[in-house]
Amino acid sequence: MKINDTLPLEYRTEENSNKIFGFWLFLGAEIVLFSTLFAVYFTLWNRTGNGPTGKELFEVGGVIWETFLLLTSSFTCGLGIHAMRLGLKKPMMIFFVVTLLMGLGFLGIEITEFVNYVHEGATLQTSAFLSSLFVLLGTHGLHVTMGILWGAGILIQVGRQGFTDETANKSFIFSLYWHFLDVVWIFIFSFVYLKGLM
Amino acid sequence: MKWDEFFVTGEPMIYAADVSIVLVSLAIVIGLTYFKKWGYLWREWLTTVDHKKIGIMYILSALIMLFRGGVDALLMRAQLATPDSKFLDAQHYNEIFTTHGVIMILFMAMPFVIGMMNVVVPLQIGARDVAFPRLNAVSFWMFFMGAMLFNISFVIGGSPDAGWSAYFPLASLEFSPTVGNNYYSLALQISGIGTLMTGVNFIVTILKMRAPGMKLMRMPMFTWSVLITNVIILFAFPVLTVALALMMFDRVFGSQFFTMANGGMDMLWANLFWVWGHPEVYIVILPAFGIFSDIISTFSKKNLYGYKSMVVSMVAISVLSFLVWAHHFYTMGQGAMVNGFFSITTMAIAVPTGVKIFNWLFTLRKGKISFTSPMLYAMGFIPIFTIGGVTGVMLAMASADYQYHNTMFLVAHFHYVLIPGTVFGVLAGMHYWFPKMFGFRLNERLAKTAFWLIIVGFNVAFMPLFFLGLNGMTRRMYTYSASTGYGPLNMIATIGALILAVGFVVLCYNFFYSFRHSPRNEGGDPWDARTLEWSTPSPVPVYNFAKVPVVHSEDAFWHAKKHNVPLYEEGPYEEIHMPNNSGQPFILGVIMFFLGFFLVFSWFIPAIIAGVGVIIMLAVRSFERDHGYHIPPKEIAATEQKLRGDTV
Repeated sequence: MKINDTLPLEYRTEENSNKIFGFWLFLGAEIVLFSTLFAVYFTLWNRTGNGPTGKELFEVGGVIWETFLLLTSSFTCGLGIHAMRLGLKKPMMIFFVVTLLMGLGFLGIEITEFVNYVHEGATLQTSAFLSSLFVLLGTHGLHVTMGILWGAGILIQVGRQGFTDETANKSFIFSLYWHFLDVVWIFIFSFVYLKGLM
Repeated sequence: MKWDEFFVTGEPMIYAADVSIVLVSLAIVIGLTYFKKWGYLWREWLTTVDHKKIGIMYILSALIMLFRGGVDALLMRAQLATPDSKFLDAQHYNEIFTTHGVIMILFMAMPFVIGMMNVVVPLQIGARDVAFPRLNAVSFWMFFMGAMLFNISFVIGGSPDAGWSAYFPLASLEFSPTVGNNYYSLALQISGIGTLMTGVNFIVTILKMRAPGMKLMRMPMFTWSVLITNVIILFAFPVLTVALALMMFDRVFGSQFFTMANGGMDMLWANLFWVWGHPEVYIVILPAFGIFSDIISTFSKKNLYGYKSMVVSMVAISVLSFLVWAHHFYTMGQGAMVNGFFSITTMAIAVPTGVKIFNWLFTLRKGKISFTSPMLYAMGFIPIFTIGGVTGVMLAMASADYQYHNTMFLVAHFHYVLIPGTVFGVLAGMHYWFPKMFGFRLNERLAKTAFWLIIVGFNVAFMPLFFLGLNGMTRRMYTYSASTGYGPLNMIATIGALILAVGFVVLCYNFFYSFRHSPRNEGGDPWDARTLEWSTPSPVPVYNFAKVPVVHSEDAFWHAKKHNVPLYEEGPYEEIHMPNNSGQPFILGVIMFFLGFFLVFSWFIPAIIAGVGVIIMLAVRSFERDHGYHIPPKEIAATEQKLRGDTV
């Protein structure tokens, strides 16, 4: 096996460096996926039928908290990878735990918000606008959920095995994914909530 | 859901299908038990991560699906052969043209093309496998289980009946109340995810795993076409994923994306579908272009004419393929400006395609041409595909399209591009690379007989449809009256379809005949070919290349043969690292099948259990520590000695 010691741990074997490249390609596909969902939302956001509009529905409080949590979690995730590059296992794990907890917090707020919408009579079935809103937000939320499960699995492996080629590689790829979810949220925040509130 | 609605009843043909499904399943189970092949099947095929075996499984599935789609086609032709025919009723006819389209595009053309990629690409670039062998197995089982899910719709619950494009509002719960279109959205979703993973896998493989010295501009043209195809897959398939998910939400969870009330927009579906659907056409045609390029070059004994322009034109096609989708619905009222734009982009695609046609012709010019069976398919392809292309430009003109939109003219056009393009391409590739897969060639006499039956049958079947379309016969009509005068041409078309079917039977018979009679030990290079895959022994050992080849030019193997330069560096064999087999991809596929099946019938509790099963499988994979195995140099030397009869 060819091992290039000049690279960071997660890139050292050819297989692992291919995995990172492959994951970037997958993120490319994810960008297309979310772009399509945004296109659907932009097509349907005025088509509210008999249901409420975004302006009537959105409340800025929860959204600001969601944004704060997710953006900060992206920062702590970056710190975690930085600690990993320095070979510091415990700080890395702490940063990752913080990241995942903030992810959970984000999910909690999002689920509360969905429940509130439904109580106000704004369901998936009410109008095309709400269908596209729920599916866009839900797809992002599902990604966060999967990310939390995945990240927890990786944390257990890092705890057991320490930093190896493999665990470093997995942690790094997870961080790419987590940052990506953050980027998507910035678009949701700007073009769904801010635009809807205006 | 009542139990008497669960199984499709009341149709003699469906009962026949039920009986044949049970009989075939029993025959397989009894056969495997009698010959004690269960272990062999599990160890060598169901758990394999070897790209060559996965490729063969793709191709085998594609041939079975070609049979299924072909039977659909024959049923349609039987119905249309005579006016006022009572052979099929309208509902049954709707289901059959829908499944014919879906199966032929997604479960025949796609897996055939992906099977070719799997078998050939790692060999052409001098790699030991694809970048992610385990993911490759997942891709295959996702495709396979998606295909199976789609096929059982025939006997359980009823097939989709809204056309392969499943336009809304027709495909909505309101107008298609059976579970047919649930099958459509879920089966395509499952296999589509598999295809997306294939896209990632092959882009990494081709960009990162080429043998030393094989620069991008030295890659064989098939590998180039596969690279570009997979880039299209990567950017087109997520759109399908979203479209199908929205369809499922509309049908299973009652959302309002494509409905007629509450703000829904049916045209959104048409746009999403074709934003994926048109690039999809190029996903199945570009690899065929690549196959033809390699074959024409090999059997003309010349290097490919205009290599760079071939690459540039494929890149141009891939970009344009994303900018033409609205030409599928010029008549749906988006106005002159939009239609004008899409008209121009569509016609522009004829330019790079024309460049490729001329490159093939110039490759043939002054070549030493040998008319082998793969070459015959390539030679048949050029003129027939050109007819398809020219009629495509006719359809591209928005104002003229109003005249023949949704007529048999369109049906003839796309069969004239897809059959000589994709089908001839993969058949040519199958005959060409058959010795690489199995170690012996298909019988040439039978192969040529099949070719002539297929090409004659094809033209007799589809040429009349051009004229029927111009005379006003629309597609998807299940019958017509004698006074329309459509009868005679339809009868001719049906006769052509029968000839085509006989050609397919001869082609399949050739497998059995050649298995028994073809000479073995023809060496690794029976065609005197040009690219690296032919430098390996046939059939190819599991590790592909005992030593990684070193490439000095385009057509590396030809160069090595003619200039007597060694392909491999001197020195002893080194240990080869290989991935372990795994049953996980197969198990994941089975769980996905059940997840899809439960969602089709809106059985949410079982569906949630299956969903948890999927997550457990992902976790199992994450926690698994599998570092593969190593083949020691001694064993490599022994294998090479046995396969080549010398010590290379």
